[in-house]
Amino acid sequence: MPAVGRNVLRKEALAKVTGAAKYIDDFSFPGMLWARTIRTTIACGRITDVAISAPGCVIVTHADIPGDNVIACIEHDQPCLVETDVRHAAEPVLLLAADDRAKLAAATVTIAYAPAAPLFDARRSNTLFKKIDIVKGDVAAALARAHRIIEGTYTTGHQEHVYLETNGVIAVPEEGGITVYGSIQCPFYVHKALKVLLGSDKVRVVQVETGGGFGGKEEYPSMIAGHAALLALKAKRPVKLVYDRVEDMLATTKRHPSVVRHRTGVAKDGRLLAMDIDVLMDGGAYATLSPVVLSRGVLHATGPYRCDNIRIVGRAVMTNTPPNGAFRGFGAPQTQFAAEVHMERIAEALAMDSVRLREINVLRSGDTTATGQKLGSDCSARKVLRDAVKRTNYAKKRAARKPIGLALFFHGSGFTGGGEVRLASKASLELTPRGARILVASTEIGQGTRTMHAQIVADTLGVPFDAVDVADPDTSRVPDSGPTVASRTCMIVGRILQRCAREMKRKLGRLSRREYLKRHGPLVITKEYERPSGMTWDDATYRGDAYEAFGWACDVVELDFNPDTYEARPIRVTAVQDIGKAIHPILAAGQIEGGTAQGLGYALLEEVVMRDGRMANASLTNYIIPTSMDTPEIDAVIVESPYRHGPFGAKGVGEMPIDGVAPAVVNAIRHLGLDLRDIPATPERISECGLI
Amino acid sequence: MRLDLNGAKVDIAAPPMKRLLDVLREQCALTGTKEGCGEGECGACTVLVDGRPVNSCLVPFAQVKGCKVVTIEGLDSRLKEVFAREGGAQCGFCTPGMIVAAAALRKGGDVRAGLAGNLCRCTGYTAIFRALNP
Repeated sequence: MPAVGRNVLRKEALAKVTGAAKYIDDFSFPGMLWARTIRTTIACGRITDVAISAPGCVIVTHADIPGDNVIACIEHDQPCLVETDVRHAAEPVLLLAADDRAKLAAATVTIAYAPAAPLFDARRSNTLFKKIDIVKGDVAAALARAHRIIEGTYTTGHQEHVYLETNGVIAVPEEGGITVYGSIQCPFYVHKALKVLLGSDKVRVVQVETGGGFGGKEEYPSMIAGHAALLALKAKRPVKLVYDRVEDMLATTKRHPSVVRHRTGVAKDGRLLAMDIDVLMDGGAYATLSPVVLSRGVLHATGPYRCDNIRIVGRAVMTNTPPNGAFRGFGAPQTQFAAEVHMERIAEALAMDSVRLREINVLRSGDTTATGQKLGSDCSARKVLRDAVKRTNYAKKRAARKPIGLALFFHGSGFTGGGEVRLASKASLELTPRGARILVASTEIGQGTRTMHAQIVADTLGVPFDAVDVADPDTSRVPDSGPTVASRTCMIVGRILQRCAREMKRKLGRLSRREYLKRHGPLVITKEYERPSGMTWDDATYRGDAYEAFGWACDVVELDFNPDTYEARPIRVTAVQDIGKAIHPILAAGQIEGGTAQGLGYALLEEVVMRDGRMANASLTNYIIPTSMDTPEIDAVIVESPYRHGPFGAKGVGEMPIDGVAPAVVNAIRHLGLDLRDIPATPERISECGLI
Repeated sequence: MRLDLNGAKVDIAAPPMKRLLDVLREQCALTGTKEGCGEGECGACTVLVDGRPVNSCLVPFAQVKGCKVVTIEGLDSRLKEVFAREGGAQCGFCTPGMIVAAAALRKGGDVRAGLAGNLCRCTGYTAIFRALNP
């Protein structure tokens, strides 16, 4: 029986429901020490003195770093431990480890500062992490002949990931080097960063069961792993470093706040003639992944609409808050929030039905995007729009002035442009007597990586699902399959595995697996990413095929709105999403349902309050994410317009579901006549907005 | 101090104010019970004390003297299998607490209200509701 398309039992399901699955804090090593991180309390300035009283503790400062004092990411601008210059609050300064947590708690470290004036307003920042320009056609000329020009500015705030398991690692000195076990998304990112920090190649990184990531364990684990590794090397003992919730919220990355300005020329009949878009992202204190978050942001800034004249200017800038970084959607939720609320405002200005406006302008197969990418036959934007409108009885509810709104959106699968070529990801498949073992660095962080990969291999090889094992992501045993991010694990890594399985099948020929192993010995097939022919991309001009494929989706949100308290509560969300092929329908729907709920939090509840550059509500008591009471019925509808180079037609699924919820929520509130353009749409913010 | 832990009478020596969560995880090797926030907001540490769900991060060990404590490891429930089948567990970190809380739901009671003390960031609760309302 084929595995693909069936709801096979996920590989680690039983371990998770019985409590047997072991996460990092469930591990202990002989002689293991506990650790504590001492952090800055000011947002900007210089350290003038550090006084330490830490009896019985191992102490690590920047002077103990054997390699370069940096967290190697896109740039090498972020120190692992502050030497003198402080760029944000909660920045790590020194590290303590002890065999008794009471000793850690009793230690006192007093830091004296020469404070400087911090900068918190991204609009006033002159320090660029990245600037990107996209130009198509002639915007100025098209604006000059437009029937109407509609302008608007849209803002979004920080969002905290709130993976239920906080960041944590254990560093173990082993065989003259160091092994780090941890709750991580991208073992080879940590591997690369540790080699720079420690000035040594004797580094091994092993992912253990991970309690959620959402991008929050993409680049940050390089920091916490570096800290634990430095302590372990100095103490010559294993060191466990697991953050509590408050520290995790104070110190780790968040979603980039954004300010997006639109200026759009439209024809009398509603056609978009010119789109002039300015995107500003607040990167926080260090570059981390801001350049690529900005990239994905600007590449989705138009929304899924055709327009011959486009100008997009994107900037990611520095401020004195903790660095912002990867978060599911990766810039696209911010820019598509602006695009979809702006579309609603264009319809209002033209007194046109907003579904009709979208129908007129929606991208179709054969159209080109802002970068000139010609869309393939899997472009289903119009279909998902029509399906969502029909399924929700949208027109009737709109006519009855109910608070119902929609958003149409898209999401590119895999790395941007030439990114996948540069990554050159590898995957391996090892023949076993029963079937095969998958060797990839892709991590299971809740989304179903192990299961979905095993399904693809099982059907390609022609063996039962249970005959396919998946090796743990351990940098000493698996090839670098690239990071587990960017909605690439199924479409990109899955396809490489599919090619491995095809070759394995060819090599086996008529031999049984046992016979092959007996006659020829072990068989491991390794394949590398190959870009489909005909794709081009130019990083200098931002022209070409930005992504191999796009998913297409339409969300409809129905609200209950209290005009006295300004409280908006979702009562139903319909999410119609084209993901090419659902390898595992329950897992795929789980991504849509979970991403939608996270999007509802982003839209309505989740507000990071920054005070003097420090998160003032860093706890789950004061930072509110949706509970079961806040999460309405979510009707996840999977559409399958196959991508011809995707494994079994699959495109990405992980990120897209969070892109469209917030604009659909705000558009539902706008339908009540409230001129809301900012999120989170808390009662306070709604009560302060004007009328349309 | 004597208590009934997962159906067995046990004697455990631990400081009276130590969190029940830590006693279970560190002294009883019952690591299925998780810490998500340490302040009773997320429910990842939910265990049953005399049949009622509690946040074990908020319960001093002294308080369970003579009580019947059940953790995910000792819970005999068909819910485990249903959660596995319906996709109720994604990252799995909230799952033990969620299943323990679900096992304590009253028949015919409001599932949404009954699970409001258990946060899940992965599923949007949809698969969990599906598991509980087949």
